[in-house]
Amino acid sequence: MSFAINVARRLGEQDVALAFESDAAVTAIVGPSGVGKTSVLNMVAGVLRPDRGRIAVAGAALFDAASGLDVPVALRRAGYVFQDRRLFQHLRVRANLLYGARGPERLAEVAALLDLAPLLARWPRHLSGGEAQRVAIGRALLSEPAFLLLDEPLAHLDRARGEEVLTMIARARDASGVPVLYVTHRPEEAERLGARMVAMG
Amino acid sequence: MAVLATLPVAFGLAWLLARGRFAGRMLLDVAVHLPLVLPPVVMGWLLLLAFGPAGPIGHALKSIGVEIAFRWTGAAVAAGVMALPLIVRTIRLALDAVDPRLEEAARTLGASRGRVFRTVTLPLCAPGVIAGAVLGFAKALGEFGATITFVGAIPGETRTIPLAIWGALQSPDGTAMAARLAGLSVAISAAALIGAELLARRARAHAL
Repeated sequence: MSFAINVARRLGEQDVALAFESDAAVTAIVGPSGVGKTSVLNMVAGVLRPDRGRIAVAGAALFDAASGLDVPVALRRAGYVFQDRRLFQHLRVRANLLYGARGPERLAEVAALLDLAPLLARWPRHLSGGEAQRVAIGRALLSEPAFLLLDEPLAHLDRARGEEVLTMIARARDASGVPVLYVTHRPEEAERLGARMVAMG
Repeated sequence: MAVLATLPVAFGLAWLLARGRFAGRMLLDVAVHLPLVLPPVVMGWLLLLAFGPAGPIGHALKSIGVEIAFRWTGAAVAAGVMALPLIVRTIRLALDAVDPRLEEAARTLGASRGRVFRTVTLPLCAPGVIAGAVLGFAKALGEFGATITFVGAIPGETRTIPLAIWGALQSPDGTAMAARLAGLSVAISAAALIGAELLARRARAHAL
C-alpha cells in the first residue's frame, strides 16, 4: 500500500478528517480551498500531530495514536514541496538543493531532470515562480525521500509555466519511484498525472 | 570583554523569551529589563549586595577563589548586566522575525534541531545579533553609575573611560587628559559602529 491514512485533527472551529488507502504511484487529494488538504499533508510529513488515527506510507507506520507511535519529522524522509515553497533565502540555489542531500553526487542528475543547471548560482529571491517551484521540487527529490508530498505545485503559476512544472513532476514521479501524494483543487491536474483521486470536503 | 561574555547569555535569554512557553516567563522578562529602568546607582548597589564579599554570590565565588567586587572583572559584570536588556531585546526581535516555516521545511529535509538552528535560525537572525552587540557595546562603554557604585574607580583596575574622564574633569589641570580620553572614546565607538555596519551588510546580503 503506498498510502494508508486515517487521520482527524481539530483546528480551531474546523474538524479536518480524511481516511483513504491507495496503491497508486500518484494519489491526489482533490477538494475546494479551505477543507484542510494542506493539514493532511502536514500530518503525513509530521509537522502537525493528528488528534487520532494512523498514518502508514509504503508499508512503514509513521503515526499511530493507539500505540503512541509518532516518528519525528526529521526521520520521516518526506520530500515535502510546500505550496509557499519555503526556499532558504540566505542560501544559493545550489545550497538549497543540497540541504537535505547526503552528498552532491545526484545534483547533476536532478538538475538535468528539472532543468536547474542555469539556476545553481542564483539567490532564491531572483527566481521566477516557476523556477522557484522547480528548485523546491529538486530540493525534495535530493533529500532521498521515502515519499513525495506536493501541495498545489501549480498555484501562482501561469498556464505555460504550470504545464512546464507538471511535466517536471511527471518526470520526477518516474525517476524517483517513490509514492506521491498530490494536493490540488483542480481534478484535471490529477488526471494528467494518472493519479488515483481522493475527494475531500 | 563584557559584551562578548554577555552575548551567549543574552542569546539564551532572548531564545527563552521569544520561543519558550513556561511559567515565570513574565518574571524573567521583568528581571532582564530591570537594569534598563532602574537608576544605575541602584543597580550598582544591588550588584554590590549580591557580588560583594558578604553577598550570597560573592561569597560563593570567593570560596572558589574568585573575587570581583572592586576588580576589573566586576566592572565587566556591571557593564554586562547594564547592557543585557538592550542586547536581549534586539536579539528577541530578530528571533521573532525568523520565519518558523523555514525551520519546519529544514526539519522535513531531515535536519536535526541543532542543524536547523545552526544553518537556518542563526544566519537569519545574524543582523539582529550584530545590532544587539553594538547597542550593548555602546551601553557598556558609556556605563557610569552602576560601575562606580559597584567597583569604584581604581586606576588600572576599574577606572573605565567615562570614570577617568569624570575624574580628570574634577582636577583643575585635567582638561587635556579629559580631551584625550574623549577622543579615544570617539575613536573606539566609531570603529565599533563601522565594524558592525560592515558585518551587518554582509549578513543582510545573505539573509534577504
